[in-house]
Parts: sequence; structure tokens; C-alpha cells
Amino acid sequence: MPDGTPQGPEGDRIEATVRAVLATMAGDLTAKESALLAELEGLGRTIARAKAEIAALKVEDIRDAHIPSATDELDAIVEHTAHATNEILDCCETLEQMQSELSGEAADKLQGAVTRIYEACSFQDITGQRIGKVVTALKAIEGRISTIVSAASGMPGPEAAPAPVAQPRDEKRTEGEKLANGPQLPGAGVSQSEIDRLLASFD
Amino acid sequence: MDKNINVLIVDDYRTMLRIIRNLLKQLEFNNVDEAVDGQEALAKLRAGNFGLVISDWNMAPMTGLDLLKEVRADQRLKNMPFIMITAESKTENVVAAKQAGVSNYIVKPFNAETLREKIEKVLVHA
Repeated sequence: MPDGTPQGPEGDRIEATVRAVLATMAGDLTAKESALLAELEGLGRTIARAKAEIAALKVEDIRDAHIPSATDELDAIVEHTAHATNEILDCCETLEQMQSELSGEAADKLQGAVTRIYEACSFQDITGQRIGKVVTALKAIEGRISTIVSAASGMPGPEAAPAPVAQPRDEKRTEGEKLANGPQLPGAGVSQSEIDRLLASFD
Repeated sequence: MDKNINVLIVDDYRTMLRIIRNLLKQLEFNNVDEAVDGQEALAKLRAGNFGLVISDWNMAPMTGLDLLKEVRADQRLKNMPFIMITAESKTENVVAAKQAGVSNYIVKPFNAETLREKIEKVLVHA
């Protein structure tokens, strides 16, 4: 389609319909009506071109293969990091048992190191929550793509695509659910010291 | 500060439960029980004798904020020290938790010193 005009049966059908309408109205049209019909013809061509472009994009592949594959990969990341974190925690617990065999500075140093490892291991929770947000976004995109595919094909949506992720109706969600947004990006949330000041301001 | 109290930690990430439990053990709190969501936590609180709740926010089927509201509405549990440990770090979350009666609020990721400081603060005022 180098000129953007839809080719094939659909393009031919639009052109034939417009020509047929024009033929039946020959001599009866004002300049304004002719311009309007030309606009309608152009609109029909634009719609047909958009449908052809959507078909060429193979959005079904994105919906059926790419997004499910991406969400599976992300789930695997969460699973593997959880496994690794638990391995690390196993080692820390072993070290803590050995701590009783030490004394003085060595015992303190060991406990300090183990504490820092525990603190660092909480990354897995934050990472899991962030990945969960990405998976939710991907599923929303999947739902939108299904809608586009359905509209472009003229087929009803449910058979053409899995339904988008069901979200509870807002009025049925509790305040806790409505405010559950997960981790914020650096700089977007408030720090612990800001939280402390905020809480103190209520006293 | 009585370190022999029963502590209930609530989080849907079992790894996080394990981390908090181990940090509490370092702080010499050895009587620790766990729940993976607000509903399970509420059932344990009503059945048991706890002196402190440390809860995540983002859980299903009952969030930490909803658990907090249930605790404050329960005649027997309403004075229970309740610390929220969560990745929810928007001002609106902190305000909602405070209005619901949270005793203190820790944002993830946190360190052991912050945990110790907040526990001491809420137990001294309990």
C-alpha cells in the first residue's frame, strides 16, 4: 500500500459503494454535498487502512505469545530470587548458630554481618512487588490489544481474546485495597524520617 | 520493655516473615507467630494472647490497613500495639494508617535499628 490506499476486496468495495452512490445522485449534488461524500470516502479508506495495518502488525502474536512469555519470565525471576534468598537465609541461620561458639568482638562482628544480610535480603520482597506491578501492566496491555483485535476483525471479543484481568469494582474495594500501590520509584515516596515527622505531627 | 510478649508478624511474602522473625530473634523476642494475610491474622489475634502486631499492608484477602481497622474495632484488641511495615510510602498511606490508629509505621526496605527503635517506642507507650 505505498499510497496508503487499502487494496483488495475491502478497498474495492468502499470505492464501488461511493461510486454507486455518486452515480445515483449525479446532477443532484451540490458542491458541498460532493465534498461531504468525498470526505466520507476518505474516512472509509482510513478505517480500512487502519484495519489492514493492525492485521499486518500480527497483534495476535503479541497477545498470544509475547506477553504470556514475558509474564512467565517475570514469574520465574520472582521464583528464582525467592529461592536464592532463602538459601542465603539458611546460611545466615547456620552462622547465627555458630555465633554461640564465639565470644567478644568476633561474635559481635558476626552478628552485625548477619543483620546486614537480613536487611539486604528484604530486596526480594520489594523486587517481587515491583515485578507484580509490571505483570499487572502487561495484562492490562494484553486486554487492550484483545479489544483492538476484536474491533479490527469485527469479531466478538471473548472468543478472540482472553478477558482482561478482572478488577474489583471500585466501590466494593476497601480503603486498604484502594491505597495499595506497592513500592514507589526512588524519590516518589516519603522517606522513613519524613514518615516519622508526619506521625509526630498528629501527636 | 517485656520481651516475653507474643508477637504476631503478618506478611504474604514468606521470605519477609522469615527475615522479620530472625531480626526479632536478634532483638530477643522469641515468642513469634506468623500469618500470611489479614484474615488469618485476625483469627489468630482473636484466639490468642498477643502483645504486638507487625503487619505488611499489601495482602489479600484482607490488607494490613483493614486488619488494623478490625483490631481497633474489637473491644478486646483495640489497644494492641500495631506497627505497619510496608513498601507503601505515599503520604496518603501514612495518613490513612495514622487515622486508623497505627502505633508506628516503617517503610521497606528498613534496617534492624529502625525496627528496634519503633518496637521500643510502641511498647513503652503501650
